[in-house]
Amino acid sequence: MHELSIALSILEFAEEEAQRRGHAARLEAIHLKVGPLSGVVKEALLTAYQLASEQTPLADCRLVIEEIPIAIYCSQCRAERPVRSIQSFRCVECDTPGCQVVHGRELQISALELLE
Amino acid sequence: MTNTPRIVEVRQNILKHNDEVARELREEFHEAGVFVVSLVSSPGAGKTAFLEQTLTILNRQCHPAALVGDLATSNDAARLARSQAPVKQITTGTLCHLEAAMVRTALDGWNLADLDFLFIENVGNLVCPSSYDLGENLRLVLLSVTEGEDKPLKYPTIFNSADVAVITKIDLADAVEFDWTAAKDNIQAVRPGMRILEVSSKTGQGMPEWISFLTSRPA
Repeated sequence: MHELSIALSILEFAEEEAQRRGHAARLEAIHLKVGPLSGVVKEALLTAYQLASEQTPLADCRLVIEEIPIAIYCSQCRAERPVRSIQSFRCVECDTPGCQVVHGRELQISALELLE
Repeated sequence: MTNTPRIVEVRQNILKHNDEVARELREEFHEAGVFVVSLVSSPGAGKTAFLEQTLTILNRQCHPAALVGDLATSNDAARLARSQAPVKQITTGTLCHLEAAMVRTALDGWNLADLDFLFIENVGNLVCPSSYDLGENLRLVLLSVTEGEDKPLKYPTIFNSADVAVITKIDLADAVEFDWTAAKDNIQAVRPGMRILEVSSKTGQGMPEWISFLTSRPA
């Protein structure tokens, strides 16, 4: 359960960013990209964020999480491909196993929604 | 002032701070010529016993050291200290994983240039440690035969983040009717091509192969 420390990092970054943009800017939403290999669970992060942001200037700021599916580089197809599942790292097209992860590890703040 | 929110792209890694510290550590380790191995597993998979044997063997031929993370108690550090290698405990309190900054703090006072190998034993946990880079060269995930063959399928993220899988307590494999084929297939399913080692810290079986795997790698 490390989602709380992740939520605190998100708030810290967002607060700094909002301050940097001056008092007039109000943060409406924080957009994240999260992959299944990031080790972070969306629901747990949303709950942790709610707890962490309570009674802070960002209490009303929404957290919007976009889940990024796992993709590997398939050496057979010579292209980026989705995998069968997180429990089967095989190309969905040709069934070749692949360990070169292209997407799925994301744990990123992708954008901020500001009201100015 | 308008009422339409403006979207500002930022593309900021949430664990950027940890990643930066880990990158600095990796550079320091490289410059000092120390090869760094981290160990992750569920609680009770045998990390400490495996590490104690590893340190004891390596200590005869070179200079290993270990950092060991634990929620409370310093029992693990006391066990590892029997190997005669330098050992330091990182007590994490309620934190379920190690972070790069904790490793950096724990290294204070040690001269990295005196070391050949540094082992970092993470907190017993198959979830949280996967997100945190510690600056290691090699991440081992341990799986004991008593845990069941489907652990890799239940915790694919940590198995996928590791470089080598070590199956431990193999002296008990027959007693628990360990299904070797299923276990290896499951590891390969979540991390195709992963190197798998088999050891018993109790009998020493498989330890020579592990040590030679380790010492044949360029630091």
